[in-house]
Amino acid sequence: MSDSPGPRRLRAAPWVDTAFEWLTRFFAFLVFALLLAILASLVVGSQLTLEKYGFSFIWSSAWDPVKEEFGALVPIYGTLVTSLIAMLIGVPVSFGIALFLTELSPAWLKRPLGTAIELLAAIPSIIYGMWGLFVFAPLFQGHVQPLLIGSLGGVPFFGALFEGPPIGIGMLAAGLILSVMVIPFITAVMRDVFEIVPPMLKESAYGLGATTWEVVWRVVLPYTKVGVIGGIMLGLGRALGETMAVTFVIGNAHRLAVSLNAPGNSIASALANEFTEAVGDLYFSALIELGLILFLITTVVLALSKLLLLRLARNEGART
Amino acid sequence: MKLKSAFGLLLAGALLAGAAHAVDITGAGATFPYPIYAKWADAYKKATGVGMNYQSIGSGGGIKQITAKTVDFGASDAPMKGEDLDKNGLIQFPAIMGGVVPVYNLKGVAPGQVRFTGALLADIYLGKVKTWNDPVIVKLNPGVPLPSQAISAVNRSDGSGTTFLFTNYLSKVSPEWKSSIGEGTAVKWSTGVGGKGNEGVANYVSRIDGAIGYVEYAYAKQNKLSYAMMANRDGAVVAPSDDAFKAAAAGADWNSVPGMGVILTDQAGKASWPITGASFILMHKLQDKPENAKEVLRFFDWSFKNGAKMADDLDYVPIPDPVVKLIQSIWKAQLKDASGKALY
Repeated sequence: MSDSPGPRRLRAAPWVDTAFEWLTRFFAFLVFALLLAILASLVVGSQLTLEKYGFSFIWSSAWDPVKEEFGALVPIYGTLVTSLIAMLIGVPVSFGIALFLTELSPAWLKRPLGTAIELLAAIPSIIYGMWGLFVFAPLFQGHVQPLLIGSLGGVPFFGALFEGPPIGIGMLAAGLILSVMVIPFITAVMRDVFEIVPPMLKESAYGLGATTWEVVWRVVLPYTKVGVIGGIMLGLGRALGETMAVTFVIGNAHRLAVSLNAPGNSIASALANEFTEAVGDLYFSALIELGLILFLITTVVLALSKLLLLRLARNEGART
Repeated sequence: MKLKSAFGLLLAGALLAGAAHAVDITGAGATFPYPIYAKWADAYKKATGVGMNYQSIGSGGGIKQITAKTVDFGASDAPMKGEDLDKNGLIQFPAIMGGVVPVYNLKGVAPGQVRFTGALLADIYLGKVKTWNDPVIVKLNPGVPLPSQAISAVNRSDGSGTTFLFTNYLSKVSPEWKSSIGEGTAVKWSTGVGGKGNEGVANYVSRIDGAIGYVEYAYAKQNKLSYAMMANRDGAVVAPSDDAFKAAAAGADWNSVPGMGVILTDQAGKASWPITGASFILMHKLQDKPENAKEVLRFFDWSFKNGAKMADDLDYVPIPDPVVKLIQSIWKAQLKDASGKALY
């Protein structure tokens, strides 16, 4: 068969293949080049503060543009705390949504619900910010905060987290807005990985008399745990870098506060707020170094999530 | 064929851009004067056919752009210091003035009822005066039903000329403010929350009971915020108005600071509003592109002559005629092209 002269096809010259291969390789490595270029320009841009403060930049809470003293502790703290709150709320809720969509939902509800979740992911973050400031903050201030302060404010140690006047904005409000923003991301990934669990496995478990919860906890989750973690990491990546929505509700104060009701600052919102009017080389350099720190934090988070997702894909291949 | 037409389009685009560049002028910088510059540009384009493209990227950005010569003029709310101007070979002149007003939100207290002194404002923003029924406030405001509410001081979280004027004023009237916080487009606030932009500050103030904030007069007036009255340097209590800003500008000696960098806060005069300021334009003394520079001068010349009404409409304060004469003499004396010929 292979020997018979079939319909003639023009073969591309071998160099075209080679050229194409190199072209795609070039594109692929362009990403690396860009990443390195960003990193390099951030390092170069922040040289002044790197030299002046060294590592103490990270744990100094000073931020005085007039006297030119800078430290990143407050924004780093705010970024991590708001992201943590977002995760604490976002992960269980997303898990519940994904579970409902894959295991419990009647078939006719799956599609509209799934689409609604995806639409949430498509809303620009400035809209979340405006909504947070104009709609959420007043409700939060009027109904939720007094309750929190009244019920938890008196608890020793723990109560310090909720002290202060209810002003509707602050780190807790920012964390709550962030949780709404990360839910669609985490839910989408969780739903996708839950769906790849082979029905045979679940049916076997049901056949042995397991309840739905037991199936989910003992079969679905162990099977998909790596992917679930990957999804959480993606959400965390978004929470860490979110700018506009946080800027609107976090209160933008460069002060370290234990209370979650107190205003704070995050790296991204400090950059958004102060970059345009940063007059003076040291000020500018401090902002660039903040960017560098955020870049490092998010790169680590996203790299971890990618690694986990890769491992998931490999495991799937091995098991089916 | 497709490729050809695309190339043709590109070429046409490039040509058009080139042609437009020959007449249109570009500027970048301060956000505070953006509405009036945009309005002037629109009117100027209708009158002369020459466009002015102003990007309100912030004063810091404006200074960077003009130093790098990517724009024909830069704009800054805080005047550049004389030595910085000399170092970069720039001239500076004021183009428009405006005021900053304190706004507040107190249940049961009508707009315009509360009076402040500069020292009191400084103590509030330092966190020293914490409640509305503090004896200092009560003494200044006899008869006003001041509650025992805590004061939330709202500041601008983004760097801004508004903050510069406000902190410059507080530095002038409060030695403690000057030594512990100082003046700048962004400073280290010791209390309160930060809102982004005038709208952010206004929103926080209206949201938080017992809040005080500071915004541009134009913004406060157009959004009907309840602004406060201030005691000025002469001890007279004034309400913010165009006349009060003009009064503050009237007594200024523009020659007293190099580059006309006079900051109009805490000016003498019974009718003067204490937190008034000008926004400045920066240009290179030695012009590589004399055509563009001439166009910029023509634009501001025209705006000074014809733009006063528009400025009033937007609640800005136009530059008074004697000051315009002074600016023109600076143009004449200092702006040169490569051959040393005066451009104005």
